[in-house]
Amino acid sequence: MKQSQVSALFCRHVTHEAGAPILEVSDVTVRYNSRLALEGVSFRLIRGERVAVVGPNGAGKSTLFKVITGVLHPTTGEVRVCGHKPGGHICIAYLPQRSQVDWAFPVSVADVVMMGRIGRLGLLRHPGARDWEYVHQCLEVVGLADLANRQIGELSGGQQQRMFIARALAQEAELMLMDEPLTGLDVTSQEDIFRILEELRQRGVTVMVATHDLNLAAERFDRVMLLNGRLLGLGRPDEVFTTERLQAAYGGHLRLIQTGEGLMALSDTCCEREA
Amino acid sequence: MGSLLNLLFIPLAYPFMVRGLLAVVMVGVVCAAVGTYVVLRGMAFFGDALAHAILPGLAVGYLISGGARGPLFWWGLLTAILTAIAIGAVGKRTQMKEDTAIGIIFAGMFALGIALISTVRSYAVDLAHFLFGDVLSVTPGDLVLIVVFGGLVLLTIAAFFKEFLVLSFDPILAATLRLPATLLHYLLLILIAVAVVVSLRTVGVALMVAMLVTPAATAYLLTRRLLPMMALAAFIGAISGVVGLYLSYYISVASGAAIVLVCTALFLLALLFAPGRGLVWEWLRRGHSSKGGRQ
Repeated sequence: MKQSQVSALFCRHVTHEAGAPILEVSDVTVRYNSRLALEGVSFRLIRGERVAVVGPNGAGKSTLFKVITGVLHPTTGEVRVCGHKPGGHICIAYLPQRSQVDWAFPVSVADVVMMGRIGRLGLLRHPGARDWEYVHQCLEVVGLADLANRQIGELSGGQQQRMFIARALAQEAELMLMDEPLTGLDVTSQEDIFRILEELRQRGVTVMVATHDLNLAAERFDRVMLLNGRLLGLGRPDEVFTTERLQAAYGGHLRLIQTGEGLMALSDTCCEREA
Repeated sequence: MGSLLNLLFIPLAYPFMVRGLLAVVMVGVVCAAVGTYVVLRGMAFFGDALAHAILPGLAVGYLISGGARGPLFWWGLLTAILTAIAIGAVGKRTQMKEDTAIGIIFAGMFALGIALISTVRSYAVDLAHFLFGDVLSVTPGDLVLIVVFGGLVLLTIAAFFKEFLVLSFDPILAATLRLPATLLHYLLLILIAVAVVVSLRTVGVALMVAMLVTPAATAYLLTRRLLPMMALAAFIGAISGVVGLYLSYYISVASGAAIVLVCTALFLLALLFAPGRGLVWEWLRRGHSSKGGRQ
């Protein structure tokens, strides 16, 4: 993608307030029936940073993402993206868990990436040559240009994940929320993803990644967020991943070992495996 | 060859046959186009329920007009659209599972329809026409309604093609792109409702779901992109209608049933022989690989 197109990132529906943080979550509580999914969560993100969101199953990671995208309204509290409520933005992308997607759906890789453009195309307009060119550029960024015409079920897990990143690029998203993008990928595919995340950082895209892998979270992200209904910590990994906090988040489900260099998490034993 | 052509042309001497053929082609195309979304979104039960649920509307229209068939289209249309919106709302608001809610509405409405029609003396014959269709009784006026409303459905799909695609594939994306997702969902429900009413004369309420689902499911097995799937489904729907109608002419079986049986036969062929995906291919592949393993 050319630099001009990247700098043309904007939100059509609402204008961004200069100086406002890319994301500000204030005292958000979400109640499903009688159960509290999120309780009093507040934090701010800095533009361009990469944050890992960790916590046990049912910690509210997906709920938090839904609230940030504006798909779900918090019971109390407020979310602001670039100074405005998320409902008016089309610059927030949610990348679904691969297990949530119908991979037999009759669409090609390029079709899926084009879906990201349609918020900008508007009603009653069909994509033209320039839109397909844009889609092709997004596919090049994630290294999938050769597979543009494949049916999506023919892709490997890592390629499927990269396709969704390309779709978020086509959407010109400034805030990307990725739900378990690393789960079930081999090391090479994970490295491909991190290389693209580096590219996103160059473009000033802010990225939140939900993950079960505490080691990757600690090694590869600017900040980590520890969540279990409440926000138990947000900061540098060595500040957040302390014994007390991890115990508070996971209880007995996490095995910790004190090594010479510090704390090491053996495994988060509660991962759901992919179908 | 000449006699085969004769077989094709003889029935065309009857105007009711020509109208019937035009009707089944239009119905086949419209139902298959809408049915593509029905199949991809797993709404077959909704379609079936909707078709059955319009029976009381037809019955009321039938009783009020004293057996005249002209106004039935409008009664059916009104009932179908109201029911579609009601089912859509019930599925969203209650804590009940959506298919349970649909089942309750569907059976209750259907029973009400039968009860109303049973108050008339010619009950059995009239009910049979509603349930199974009567394509050879399509009047020129019916044909105009079928073409106009079927055309409206096709135009709407063409206009909102990309929005319906996103809504079907990834509803959360539709929401984050700030598409009017609820509005589009109801629009799709209404399109299904209109397709159901347009097909009333040709297959009736009982077999309606086959026109929505079977051609689209057949095309699903044979294609890998949405637009080709929709086009192929439309072609299969139209061809099934024509072949079914000729069959019913020559071997004297009920036209609606014949049309649906042709659809089903084509589906079974695709299920067995679809290139790369059919059961026969799978069987061949397995046989081949196990042979390879032994060597």
